[in-house]
Amino acid sequence: MKIGVLALQGSFHEHQAILQTLGVQVVQVRLPQELDGLDGLIIPGGESTTIGKLAVDFNLLQPLQQFGKEHAIWGTCAGSIFLSKDAHRQQPLLSLMDIQVERNAFGRQVDSFETDLEIPVLQSVSKEKPLFHCVFIRAPLIEKVGTGVEVLAKLPDGRIVAARQGHLLATSFHPELTEDARFHQYFLEVVQ
Amino acid sequence: MGAEEKGTFKLKVGLAQMLKGGVIMDVVTPEHAKIAEDAGAVAVMALERVPADIRAQGGVARMSDPELILKIMDAVSIPVMAKARIGHFVEAQILEALGIDYIDESEVLTPADEEHHINKHAFKVPFVCGCRNLGEALRRIGEGAAMIRTKGEAGTGDVVEAVRHARRVLGEIRHLQNLPEEEVMAYAKELGAPYELLMETRALGRLPVVNFAAGGIATPADAALMMQLGVDGVFVGSGIFKSGDPAKRAAAIVKATTHYNDPKILAEVSRNLGEPMVGRQVSDIPEDQLIADRGW
Repeated sequence: MKIGVLALQGSFHEHQAILQTLGVQVVQVRLPQELDGLDGLIIPGGESTTIGKLAVDFNLLQPLQQFGKEHAIWGTCAGSIFLSKDAHRQQPLLSLMDIQVERNAFGRQVDSFETDLEIPVLQSVSKEKPLFHCVFIRAPLIEKVGTGVEVLAKLPDGRIVAARQGHLLATSFHPELTEDARFHQYFLEVVQ
Repeated sequence: MGAEEKGTFKLKVGLAQMLKGGVIMDVVTPEHAKIAEDAGAVAVMALERVPADIRAQGGVARMSDPELILKIMDAVSIPVMAKARIGHFVEAQILEALGIDYIDESEVLTPADEEHHINKHAFKVPFVCGCRNLGEALRRIGEGAAMIRTKGEAGTGDVVEAVRHARRVLGEIRHLQNLPEEEVMAYAKELGAPYELLMETRALGRLPVVNFAAGGIATPADAALMMQLGVDGVFVGSGIFKSGDPAKRAAAIVKATTHYNDPKILAEVSRNLGEPMVGRQVSDIPEDQLIADRGW
């Protein structure tokens, strides 16, 4: 299996390192032709405005949209914003997932937090209790999901922080900042 | 489900990890901040004077007016950093109270303490600190810095010191990796570095936190040079807003930082950027006026 990591900016090395522990071939994607032959793509955390601008500047927007029609894409934090249809702000978006996100929904960096959340779908990759350590950094929130979008994780107050629409996956938090590869394994299942 | 934890070292380092591969730009007005954000900056550094002006005007350089910092925070959606003087923990407390995203305990401002830096563990907000070598980097991390930048020589537009400091830090890490374990303690003594952090660096083959380059980066080629040397991203201070066409230069430096290994793209983005900042050769600056020597 060959998985791409969008390497315009952000935590792409962290994603790459976890994928490599799972025995996957990883390709850094900075230009449209680097999408050729990939089975799936991860859009990392970073700054969504930076990633969006560079995607426009290097003509990646349309190829990424085309790729997402046929292949699995997972966006973490900034990546989830980039996948969304609506971020309440003028900035380049892929508009692939029928979700509405609010950027910096929890406040500034001093409000960033980490917590364990229950993510039932992780039971498909591991029999252990599906608690996952979630790291939220100036994180977005998934405010609304359209029909056909499955909610994968919520905060105790019910706000949505992970969702799946077919082969598209969005998380407000950063599994790439943990040692736990279960979310990446789950993504590889989505890819297959 | 567990409780929510805030202000942890993981969260502090984590924000820096999200800035990797990006450009952090010095801005002195909300309008500059917008230009930087539109050009693709991953964060801005809010200050009253860019280093080139601090250098030219002299006097005591202090934390910026909170009013200006708040206006810049309002103007953009990306993280905002601000500088406190070395050792001035009350300036840091004020910046934390403003809700700033990162504090730069910076040698560019006039030091408030010539022996001690801020105890950065005492804060929820993360800190970035400058260094010239591995010992200095690990002393700052020992005090709680969650991000390191090599110092370079701020406000010069001359990249020579940035290169010297990055080569020094990365070279010392390579040397450390080749040492047998029994020689690490003596190396810790030689560098003035905490032993445990030296052992961690040796195991990782890199600093335990994100490492950007700063001080003298003025062109897309400078940014790509630092990236190829092995840093995680770049700070550009005076190099953008002291140039002829800041918006264009800023966007070009962002592109060069992403495509740092692609000379064809670097050639393309370097074209026609207008006047670079005039700059000042570091070797012409009297030694007592060098900023990078501040820090202990």
